[in-house]
Amino acid sequence: MNSLSKDTPLAIAIHAIGGQGGGVVSSWLVALAQAQGWVVQATSVPGVAQRTGATIYYLEMMPAGAASPVMALMPSPGQVDLVVAAEWMEAGRAIQRGFVSPDRTTLIGSTHRGYSVMEKSVPGNGISDAGAIEAAALASAKRFLRADLGTIASLHNSVISASLLGAIAASNALPFPRQAFEDVIKQAGIGVQASLAAFGAAHDLFTDSDQPDVEKASIPASEMTGGTIPQQQEFAAMQKWIKDEFPIAVQAMASAGLKRVVDFQDVTYGREYLDHLAQFLVLETGTDAKLTTAMAKYLAGAMAYHDTIRVADLKTRATRFDRVRAEVGANDTQALTLTEFMHPRVEEMQGLLPRFLGRFADSGFMRWMLSLFSGGKRIRTDTLRGFLTLYLLSSLRPWRRSLRRHSAEMDSLERWLTLVKETAKTDCGLAVEIAKCRRLVKGYGDTHARSQSKYIKVIGSLKLLKHRDDAADWLKRLRTAALADADGVALDGALATVNSFATGVKNG
Amino acid sequence: MAERSFAKEVQLLKKRAGEEFIGEGILAVTKALLQCGVGYVGGYQGAPISHLMDVLADARETLDELGVHFEVGASEASAAAMLSTSMHFPIRGAVTWKSTVGTNVASDALANLSSGGVTGGALVIVGEDYGEGSSIMQERSHAFAMKSQIWMLDPRPNLPSIVKAVEDGFNLSEASNTPVMLQLRIRTCHVHGSFIAKDNKRPTYSLEQARNNPQKDASRIILPPMAFDQEQDKVQRRWPAAVDYIKTNKLNEFFNGDMTDIGIILQGGMYNGVITALRQLGLADIYGNTRVPLYCLNVTYPLVDDEVVAFCDGKSKVLMVEEGQPEHLEQAIHTILRRAGVTAPLYGKGDLPMAGEYTGQVLRDGIAAFMARGGKPTKPKPPILTDILSQDLNNAVPPRPPGFCTGCPERPIFSALTLAQEELGERHITCDIGCHLFSTLPPFNIGAGTMGYGLGAASASAMNVDAGQRTISIMGDGGFWHNGLTSGIGNAVFNRNDNVILIVDNYYAAATGGQDILSSRAKNAQRSTSHPIEDAVRGVGVKWVRRVDDTYNVGILTDVLKEALSTPERGPKVVIAASECMLNKQRREKPLKRAALAAGTRSVVQRFGVDSDICTGDHACMRISGCPSLTMKTLDDPLVDDPVAFVDESCVACGHCGEVADAAVLCPSFYRADVVHNPNTVDRLLNATRRRFLTALQNRRAGKQLMEQR
Repeated sequence: MNSLSKDTPLAIAIHAIGGQGGGVVSSWLVALAQAQGWVVQATSVPGVAQRTGATIYYLEMMPAGAASPVMALMPSPGQVDLVVAAEWMEAGRAIQRGFVSPDRTTLIGSTHRGYSVMEKSVPGNGISDAGAIEAAALASAKRFLRADLGTIASLHNSVISASLLGAIAASNALPFPRQAFEDVIKQAGIGVQASLAAFGAAHDLFTDSDQPDVEKASIPASEMTGGTIPQQQEFAAMQKWIKDEFPIAVQAMASAGLKRVVDFQDVTYGREYLDHLAQFLVLETGTDAKLTTAMAKYLAGAMAYHDTIRVADLKTRATRFDRVRAEVGANDTQALTLTEFMHPRVEEMQGLLPRFLGRFADSGFMRWMLSLFSGGKRIRTDTLRGFLTLYLLSSLRPWRRSLRRHSAEMDSLERWLTLVKETAKTDCGLAVEIAKCRRLVKGYGDTHARSQSKYIKVIGSLKLLKHRDDAADWLKRLRTAALADADGVALDGALATVNSFATGVKNG
Repeated sequence: MAERSFAKEVQLLKKRAGEEFIGEGILAVTKALLQCGVGYVGGYQGAPISHLMDVLADARETLDELGVHFEVGASEASAAAMLSTSMHFPIRGAVTWKSTVGTNVASDALANLSSGGVTGGALVIVGEDYGEGSSIMQERSHAFAMKSQIWMLDPRPNLPSIVKAVEDGFNLSEASNTPVMLQLRIRTCHVHGSFIAKDNKRPTYSLEQARNNPQKDASRIILPPMAFDQEQDKVQRRWPAAVDYIKTNKLNEFFNGDMTDIGIILQGGMYNGVITALRQLGLADIYGNTRVPLYCLNVTYPLVDDEVVAFCDGKSKVLMVEEGQPEHLEQAIHTILRRAGVTAPLYGKGDLPMAGEYTGQVLRDGIAAFMARGGKPTKPKPPILTDILSQDLNNAVPPRPPGFCTGCPERPIFSALTLAQEELGERHITCDIGCHLFSTLPPFNIGAGTMGYGLGAASASAMNVDAGQRTISIMGDGGFWHNGLTSGIGNAVFNRNDNVILIVDNYYAAATGGQDILSSRAKNAQRSTSHPIEDAVRGVGVKWVRRVDDTYNVGILTDVLKEALSTPERGPKVVIAASECMLNKQRREKPLKRAALAAGTRSVVQRFGVDSDICTGDHACMRISGCPSLTMKTLDDPLVDDPVAFVDESCVACGHCGEVADAAVLCPSFYRADVVHNPNTVDRLLNATRRRFLTALQNRRAGKQLMEQR
């Protein structure tokens, strides 16, 4: 029997996150096909399973003829002509499932990210490798179009369905003119102008290339403003010091660090920073100044710690108000109220006490006194009263050096500096890794305490590691493990391994 | 259905004879019911049949015109019991639910119904939630049909076939005095297509007539000796009548092909998948022309022995394509062939997998394996990606299970539960069915699974001894009214249970699409709402009840939970946490806000935010929240390694992130910004004054201190 027809429908799979608008793209494509006199069938799997999870819409379409076609209700690997991914990892998922094949599939992927709970839960950087998707897409698609269609959409006050449709039109994967796509948007009748703008912008992105290069605006280094003339002169002198005395490899980081600590306290503090830093130059064993660069970064972080004064300072700055306005889309004339969610604990209040109070600051009486000022607070920083509260708190800055928190921070800093220096004398590579462990200390309150205990655990392993050739490598592994989860499960596992080879005992 | 309008879909139900109906499969079923002169429709909502219920709930006018009664059942059991009317009167009735879970609940009524038999056509539309996207255990409804002798239709997944199946179903039911199940898979319910409509029909016998003609029929009663007679009647009269009707009216379809020595028997619902697989193997085309003969079972129970024998006789091999397990059909067909002495070998499970959804790939591989029997096997294709690329890809792509929506009022409940457990130690937590079951997934990882809808409290009832720690059971408002009030709360009172029951009241049956229930706050012209859960709980005798009317207040909720876990008072402790489902709230409020903005009315738009220079990037807030709008941003700051928290524009200002940062004492990074649109004079003056003052102070400081501009 040779009467089997060779006609094949176009198969389209739309991969999206529930709630993103994949269904809108699907219904637009249905309307488009019908308007062009095609037969179309669309299916999806809605319901609770879709809520904020990965989901697929599937369509088949072909020109209408005498007989009605029998179309599939779900995509098959190797049998899809157009895959549209409304998020970058979902493009990866489509490839994983085999829907993207080199003989027939046009893949359109939006490079923007909607992070999964798994990625967000990591206390360090849990963001998935976007490059893996790009490499797999290039290897598996017949044609591959990608751009940040999420940003394109929000630039035009629209949603991603509109920019995806623009990309679909630009891909020519469907044999319909641009006008036909635009007509569908117009007929839908909701947010037409914004949708058309996003559609057009996305469409035009692909005029010259399927993977248009986004000019990543080079981020200008931060600048120092304000202050008195002597302060400015002193700062300029320190900048010159960096330029004259520090290797080129260190200069950018040292300059960034200097700005941060001066911003945190004053120019004298900046001078202390550079004094500390300079001591590491002589300890370098290689030519790339790795140790000093690492110290430039983490010393700044350690010196510009997040105390109550710092938070109050940052919250009351003019630049901060501008940033909030930009983020919430309020123009300069619109009234804006700002509520801060603060919860100072007694410990934070104790940190604000002068050091000379000594043990008295820990007394029950003092803690009771302070407990009157601690606890959950909602502070309205747009009002005179709320703003003044924080403004006055931040005005304690000149006295910071005499406060308890500062001396505690400086003690810890000193121990860390000594450890790095001592280690550098015998093993510079290990010293670099110790420097980087400072990254572990972060957060506020309990989170800060937990992060500090992780830091202490990691550093504590040094006594087992320091005589090994691969000590630096192991410390790096421990640090990575410490940043992998919040409860320290990965870290404890890694520490057990270290213990087992150090003591020769196999630890369960 | 309070917050969503189905006016557009309702218009589809009014299509006249000859007009084209374009829409979803489940809507086509709804229209077909009206075309068949159905007298009443009932059911319990759930994917994939929620749409049928939602649209009928909005179609009051059309239904009144036709004299059709529509009712949302308290449960699938009450929906199934409605069909009793068709037992006694010549009125067609239809009920619907999600299967197999709904059929489990309904099976008592269904068994009674099918034993007694029906006079008017009784149709049970089951949305078979099997395979990808399913939210229930993977089972088949087929076994229910077999055990109660309810006939089962499984039409080809296109709109004309589905509509015809509804008509056939009623006719078959009446011809054999037996209820009929119409099984629709999830994708079939949502398939978009078209058919040519017929006029809607008024029922030939009205409900009013029924009310005025009371019936008494002892032969329908399930008591001896009638129950024994009913069983004999099923087997001796109703079953042969059904087979006869199916055969005479050709409900099953044969598709001829030139390869006459082989054949495929398939469930109707598998038809498109089988044709697609055959097409990919070069054995069929897109128009359904096939080289392999097909016997398409649009009725999967009962089987028609003669048809099976005629199709298989003389063939060298036959494949049974039957999704799900166990392989009821394959076993039955083996029996038929054996009894008839047909020697054609039958294959099925083996070439095709025993369990799991029959996807395109599975069908193609299975049919290819069947075709290759006796020949040489086909070589598998080499993978597209190299091992390294594929490994990197697998490492990168994160799992993305469903979760709570942005601003969901249930998220803070589980934050509070997390915080309470951090303080008092972990507790055994039994869950229920509903959106709240997402608590079992990251980031909360709370709960020990579920035993069924409304059974959250009942599943902890064994753990009621005078020693050890109190357990916590979760129950949604949907499950509460479905059966939880009696099976959970009443049961706990009666058995002097000392555990904690947490009822999540979000004003709707939210997981199934936001339908109204007894305790919904919305005014509903057709139903009686606003019956507080608290009254019902106290009514069955619970003494310790705490209601928190703002779930976003994590602090208060945590305290209440801690109190429930530690109070010396005996007996069940019931905490009712109530706040409106955000999805439905937004459906109602968003258009209003948009209109207010456009009209120039003063309106306040709230958003939450994070100060990126105060956030240290430890993500503790996300681990205790999981809100989709609370996400991450990588800073262009050489001194910062880890991405910091960031609230994106999808934020609905529920305030949960700020509350959690406060209640869990996380950090001072969160702020709420209220932007006043179309401000009035007071706003303007106040804002200007405040800004002048603030700017003066900021300028004063700028003169004294060097500041970094980032």
